[in-house]
Amino acid sequence: MGEIILKGVTKRFGEVEVIPPIDLHINDGEFVVFVGPSGCGKSTLLRLIAGLEDVSGGVVEIDGRNATEAAPAERGLAMVFQSYALYPHMTVKKNIAFPLKMAKLPPEEIEAKVQAAAKVLNLANYLDRRPGQLSGGQRQRVAIGRAIVRNPEAFLFDEPLSNLDAALRVNMRLEISELHQSLKTTMIYVTHDQVEAMTMADKIVVLQAGRIEQVGSPLELYRTPRNRFVAGFIGSPKMNFIEGAEAAKHGAHAIGIRPEHIKVSTSEGAWQGTVGVSEHLGSDTFLHVTTEYGVLNVRAGGEVDLHHGDTVFLSPDMAQLHRFDQQGWALT
Amino acid sequence: MSTQASRTAARLMISPAVLLLLGWMIIPLGMTLWFSLQRYNLLMPGMESFTGFDNYTYFLTDPAFGAAIFNTLALVLGVLTITTVGGLLLALLLDQPFWGQGVVRVLVIAPFFVMPTVSALVWKNMFMNPVNGVFAHLAKSVGLQPYDFLSQSPLASIVLIVSWQWLPFATLILLTALQSLDSEQLEAAEMDGAGPISRFVHVMLPHLARAITVVVLIQTIFLLSTFAEILVTTNGGPGTASTTLTYLVYIQSLLQYDVGTGAAGGIIAVILANIVAIFLMRMIGKNLEA
Amino acid sequence: MARAVSSRRKALVTVIAWTIGLAIFFPILWTAILSFKSEGNAIASPLTVLTTPFTLESYETVQERSNYFGHFWNSVVISLGSTLLALVIAIPAAWAMAFVPGRRTKDLLMWMLSTKMMPAVGVLVPIYLIFRDLGLLDTRTGLVVVLMLMNLPIVVWMLYTYFREIPGEILEAARMDGATLKDELIHVLTPMAVPGIASTLLLNIILAWNEAFWTLNLTAAKAAPLTAFIASYSSPEGLFYAKLSAASTLAIAPILILGWFSQKQLVRGLTFGAVK
Repeated sequence: MGEIILKGVTKRFGEVEVIPPIDLHINDGEFVVFVGPSGCGKSTLLRLIAGLEDVSGGVVEIDGRNATEAAPAERGLAMVFQSYALYPHMTVKKNIAFPLKMAKLPPEEIEAKVQAAAKVLNLANYLDRRPGQLSGGQRQRVAIGRAIVRNPEAFLFDEPLSNLDAALRVNMRLEISELHQSLKTTMIYVTHDQVEAMTMADKIVVLQAGRIEQVGSPLELYRTPRNRFVAGFIGSPKMNFIEGAEAAKHGAHAIGIRPEHIKVSTSEGAWQGTVGVSEHLGSDTFLHVTTEYGVLNVRAGGEVDLHHGDTVFLSPDMAQLHRFDQQGWALT
Repeated sequence: MSTQASRTAARLMISPAVLLLLGWMIIPLGMTLWFSLQRYNLLMPGMESFTGFDNYTYFLTDPAFGAAIFNTLALVLGVLTITTVGGLLLALLLDQPFWGQGVVRVLVIAPFFVMPTVSALVWKNMFMNPVNGVFAHLAKSVGLQPYDFLSQSPLASIVLIVSWQWLPFATLILLTALQSLDSEQLEAAEMDGAGPISRFVHVMLPHLARAITVVVLIQTIFLLSTFAEILVTTNGGPGTASTTLTYLVYIQSLLQYDVGTGAAGGIIAVILANIVAIFLMRMIGKNLEA
Repeated sequence: MARAVSSRRKALVTVIAWTIGLAIFFPILWTAILSFKSEGNAIASPLTVLTTPFTLESYETVQERSNYFGHFWNSVVISLGSTLLALVIAIPAAWAMAFVPGRRTKDLLMWMLSTKMMPAVGVLVPIYLIFRDLGLLDTRTGLVVVLMLMNLPIVVWMLYTYFREIPGEILEAARMDGATLKDELIHVLTPMAVPGIASTLLLNIILAWNEAFWTLNLTAAKAAPLTAFIASYSSPEGLFYAKLSAASTLAIAPILILGWFSQKQLVRGLTFGAVK
């Protein structure tokens, strides 16, 4: 079973502490996403769990066992790398079979497992090709296949979709989610893309500068961000922040309101402003409105007929207003 | 970016190579140092005794020593100049479009693969021989007296032979570097109004700096130990006219069996080479950073 | 840079380049030509030589009188043996430096390179005496060891530059897949680095084949490779141009062919990856 517990896990490179002590509980079967801006330590944290880096302090428990000192191969984890890390000199079949060969399984069993994985991943026709002859999406699937055949306690994904084009990325996102539904194995997924985090995760871990900012389900993070960083990071387009007198009216240092929680009117409202850029997507219209509090992003309906230079009035939905103190913590 | 386990493994994997090279350096060098302080002649076994720095005094005051230093410098600098300048010109020429580029390239590289003993013998006999050599025949056909290269100007002749061997190396490396120059840079310079000469000076030459450094470094390493060419052609003579430091030490230790003096010469050669090496390592260290 | 070059200019460059190319190649060409002449004809003036008949007699004499193939075999064993031995020692070392770099990796590489700068003559006597005492003088084993040590720094450097181009993630993937260090080296790294290892092999065979300090000083007859064998022609008696040419042609032909094949790798290898 793939329960993973981090207790006070720390990582230092020389004098630099890249990850201050972290406690985290990942339940068996959970899909957990580590998300944060680049350099936040999310990949390092994943590598610490994988055993590709030593922890400088703390304990990594996998399935109730202390795995802190265990070699990567002994942890029962499988990893899908950003570059896929396929073996270029081996065929697809040999790539997928490699972990089984290393585990010294009998050839017939290897063959059966490889065929099964190939079927699940639609790779049956490509087994004799080499990675160089495959498309990005197919390579991705081979990398996943290599992970699946081992029946790992948990899967680790390190930004697996960042080398794919936008359309393919949406497809693979779905496929990975479906895979999780059918395997019900723990998955830890690292990404800098909050859309991936929101769409795939059971539980999101938001990281910044090596610290965990908040842990929770996608909607928890969306509804009740613990601080300004999480509020700004989760949700697209980004939350608008207003400081100063307008915030003081609400008894806060800063207030935040998401673009989708602002009502637009051409006749009346709380704040007046001028439309700068309007992006018509068909389903939605994103307006960049210049107001006395700075530029506010507003999400309006698809059919809204507003253009550059139009004067508009904005009214925030008071129930969806987020208030933050001087330190950036959310006020409740 | 690694684990304790992999670092331990790395140390283990690297140690055979390091220990072997360390042994290869320290053991013989230690012995040379020891011999250099002994009176030690292979013809008089059992007569070994400690003599302090006598061997060094003897070696350094030997008139052949000064000549050897001069000859070594002349050889290295002469060959370096000829091959770098010649190689640069040749590389520029071969970089132009012309018919049969591939074949000419192959012809030009060929001498680098000829073993030193062969090239020395071929030049000595078939070309520089004052009676039957190609040069002698050429001189006679235009009514000139054949010139005895190896007795009249032995060092220059050796420089010529060694340059012939190393010109391909310099050409090949500079040509490769030249071809890696982004042609858009040259076109941009041309758009900016730079003529052929300023394009060469301001765009090509800076791009080639690294390659030239490497050519000088690698050639110096090999040229300092030029041996076979001298052994085969002149034996260091006439007199000491073509005796280099390497060759002088060889004469002392293996021809005159005077191990003590030879060893002192060896240590001096090592010290001098180290001075050159420190200088060169600084240069290559800077250039190899990328 | 697609640009029209006037054909007159191209013709001019062609003439100059070919003239220089042939001039540089001429000594080799001339040697090859003389090797097919009889001794009497080989010393005639150049233009006359060309008109004389071809013969294989020099090649026959060279083999008969001096056991050419014995020395050829020595060269093969010594150059191949020393290179393979160096590879076995250098592959793990280069792996460590390329994939587990430490703070001192750069210094270590520089130090290895610096051992190449130590003049061989500085250690000639001790090596000679050690070899004498161990009975290694004039043996192929002795030369294999010395040439391996001579070329080890270059082999490590070359492999290091090739290995550094292999993404570390692939080796990490192997580690995650349960590969031991041995599996990682044998099943993943080495097959991936085949082109690099092959060019390293090729270049070092060439260097070892042509090495002419240790081979001349540490062999007499039995283990003498071609370098030493050819040097024995330096004190000739009577007419010998044709035979010298035949022997020389045989000595350089194999390596010349190998060398032409390895042009590209040669640059990279000899410049320690600084020029590609």
